[in-house]
Amino acid sequence: MAVAARKSKAPAQPKAAARPAKATPASSNIATFTREEDLHAYREMLLIRRFEEKAGQMYGMGLIGGFCHLYIGQEAVVIGMQMASKDGDQVITGYRDHGHMLACGMESRGVMAELTGRRGGYSRGKGGSMHMFSREKNFYGGHGIVGAQVSLGTGLAFADWYRGDNTVSMTYFGDGAANQGQVYESFNMAKLWKLPVVFVIENNRYAMGTAVNRASAQTDFSKRGVSFGIPGEQVDGMDVRAVREAGLRAIEHARSGKGPYILEMQTYRYRGHSMSDPAKYRSKDEVQRMREEHDPIEQVRARLVRDFKIGEDDLKAIDAKVREIVNDAAEFATHDPEPDPSELFTDILLEPAQG
Amino acid sequence: MPIDILMPALSPTMEEGKLAKWLKKEGDQVKAGDIIAEIETDKATMEVEAVDEGILAKILVADGTENVAVNTPIAVIAADGEDVSAAAAVDPATINPTAPQAAAAPSKQDEAAPAAESPAASVPASVPAQAKAYDASSEFPAGAEVGMQTVREALRDAMAEEMRRDGDVFVMGEEVAEYQGAYKVTQGLLQEFGPKRVIDTPITEHGFAGIGVGAALSGLRPIVEFMTFNFAMQAIDQIINSAAKTLYMSGGQMGAPIVFRGPNGAAARVGAQHSHDYAAWYSNVPGLKVVMPYSASDAKGLLKSAIRDPNPVIFLENEILYGRSFEVPKGDDFLIPIGKAKVVRPGTDVTIVSFGIGMTYALGAAEALAKEGIEAEVIDLRTIRPMDIETVVASVQKTNRCVAVEEGFPQSGVTAEIGMKIMEAAFDYLDAPVARVTGKDVPMPYAANLEKLALPNIGEVVAAAKAVCYRA
Repeated sequence: MAVAARKSKAPAQPKAAARPAKATPASSNIATFTREEDLHAYREMLLIRRFEEKAGQMYGMGLIGGFCHLYIGQEAVVIGMQMASKDGDQVITGYRDHGHMLACGMESRGVMAELTGRRGGYSRGKGGSMHMFSREKNFYGGHGIVGAQVSLGTGLAFADWYRGDNTVSMTYFGDGAANQGQVYESFNMAKLWKLPVVFVIENNRYAMGTAVNRASAQTDFSKRGVSFGIPGEQVDGMDVRAVREAGLRAIEHARSGKGPYILEMQTYRYRGHSMSDPAKYRSKDEVQRMREEHDPIEQVRARLVRDFKIGEDDLKAIDAKVREIVNDAAEFATHDPEPDPSELFTDILLEPAQG
Repeated sequence: MPIDILMPALSPTMEEGKLAKWLKKEGDQVKAGDIIAEIETDKATMEVEAVDEGILAKILVADGTENVAVNTPIAVIAADGEDVSAAAAVDPATINPTAPQAAAAPSKQDEAAPAAESPAASVPASVPAQAKAYDASSEFPAGAEVGMQTVREALRDAMAEEMRRDGDVFVMGEEVAEYQGAYKVTQGLLQEFGPKRVIDTPITEHGFAGIGVGAALSGLRPIVEFMTFNFAMQAIDQIINSAAKTLYMSGGQMGAPIVFRGPNGAAARVGAQHSHDYAAWYSNVPGLKVVMPYSASDAKGLLKSAIRDPNPVIFLENEILYGRSFEVPKGDDFLIPIGKAKVVRPGTDVTIVSFGIGMTYALGAAEALAKEGIEAEVIDLRTIRPMDIETVVASVQKTNRCVAVEEGFPQSGVTAEIGMKIMEAAFDYLDAPVARVTGKDVPMPYAANLEKLALPNIGEVVAAAKAVCYRA
């Protein structure tokens, strides 16, 4: 069966005025979601969660090789941002990229088959977990060099500005990448040229095994653009409504020609940095507490039951549907053949057009 | 259907591990993400998470079991609503671990494929026995008016013509606009095309190279000027990891049509940090094209081709050559193909091959040798990658001798590659080992006399040519 994740589309929402830097998360003031919005967010986040769990399982079975970085726990960030974005806006991120691809509407089958290195993968098996792209879905990777995507994403915004097509570049990076020099080179030029870019810093508290406070002199990442005059705010990245709301503000700012905007998404990854990370640098209690008290999916699920009276059967039906998509993707990715050996020498250079 | 939980691999190399501890017991309800067990290897301890919800119906491998092979079923989960006792009754022996088999198949292929399928890297017969030189004689359009132009002017005209032709082409770099170019290569472009297409950047090579590549991935055609390629070292990650590799890593979806250009190599008395020749570095990388012209006409025709090329092109200029004048045909449609060498002086006794400013030594030596009765055939490689070795081999098949010349360092240099390629393709034609003349294996000194010693010179090329001709 053909299964496709759809691009997250946000139903129209009144736009809040852009706020200056420094807004602390205040969940109580956040605009509530409609029933449809909550259902949408639930479905989309659950798809990422189940997809990543399956990827972890398949890694354990030896079907996925190399590095594999799971997005479990951070789902609300990309889904909330996609609910705030419009068709034509670009997304670019680092190596923890599976969730972003699904949120951009890329097919589960193609993503999973790339993880297993098969010909049906988005890069026909030649990119792997960290290097996947879809021009059609405006997903520009999937980059394995920490921080490189920040300059590249600023370049996407440069192209938006050059063409004047009123689109925005959503440039994601982590708290670790935020310490790379080219990030600040990019901040400078983005502000200097008023490029339409939203810098989404996914602060999941650990750069591989290094806690934020051991690596960052300024741990309030929303302030990282202060010396360039780039507004920023901290957002509860576990609450998809807070993400969407801040996203609308930031994207509107960028789209209206005011230049870049920084959103520090305070989030958490449940799994290790990669599959081979036993995560000894943090306590089990810490992880357990985040899962129990702040899980982005459980929050929506609770609202669906409490506020919208969605029954267990309906939720189970959604779960079953998501599981079907993921199982189908895993099945496809397991049995799809590896790339033809002739693929070794293709896609190195493009043929110039004649004349 | 009960679901079996398999012993997971912690890393691609793990084959077995110890099942250290069960954190759930038979009969416990588990949901996806619950930690159910811990496993250990010599390197790490890891948690096994349930990937489905249900009831832990049966534990198949007990706490503390050592040497459990990856993919061995270690427990059974009964799905929601399933009869636990029925699931528990499943005999582990009947559980068919289908996935591991599927996983094992490709890895076997992995081992077999390269030997059987991939074209061998060094097949001596990759160049035909009688190689055919590229014929550059018709590159100047017939009847076209020809005028004298400096390399600087030719480069400027190439950019201006291509910017007129294609609105997606723009130039960015330090001092390219208002200052008119640190070496005046972009003179007049701001006046004609305005600040949106001729963009002064801050001094921030890593950042603007990345912005250029991002714009190229999005479909624009940036010309990124480095004030010198020495400064591109700050940006080399974006050039190699982003520009050169993305097409391949995206399965052909996303190319980067971008030109990185600027002066490269030694100027005069600017010391080690401003004198490095990077031709060999970039030519090492699949996914890049590397061009290094000598004459003004080649500079113009090749830069126009580079701007139209859908791939990232490294365009290496030379400060000393900027002011040299050459004949250049007039007109907007003068293109030189990337990847073709040019025989610039025919000869019969020895082949001298070089590129960029190395050509000044090659041509000077040929003239000096002619006075001594040695007719050297001089080849300008023009493009370093892809390298037109066939034109070189065709010449060597005629002269049976070769001297390769470059200003770059000797180890892993472009001339080292030329020598190797000739050996692969024309070993039987050689009457002497291929000789090379390169920059000396030292950081560039500042003192005038030492700098002179560090660079190649005509005398060294003459001596090398005589040596391969066995002439004193």
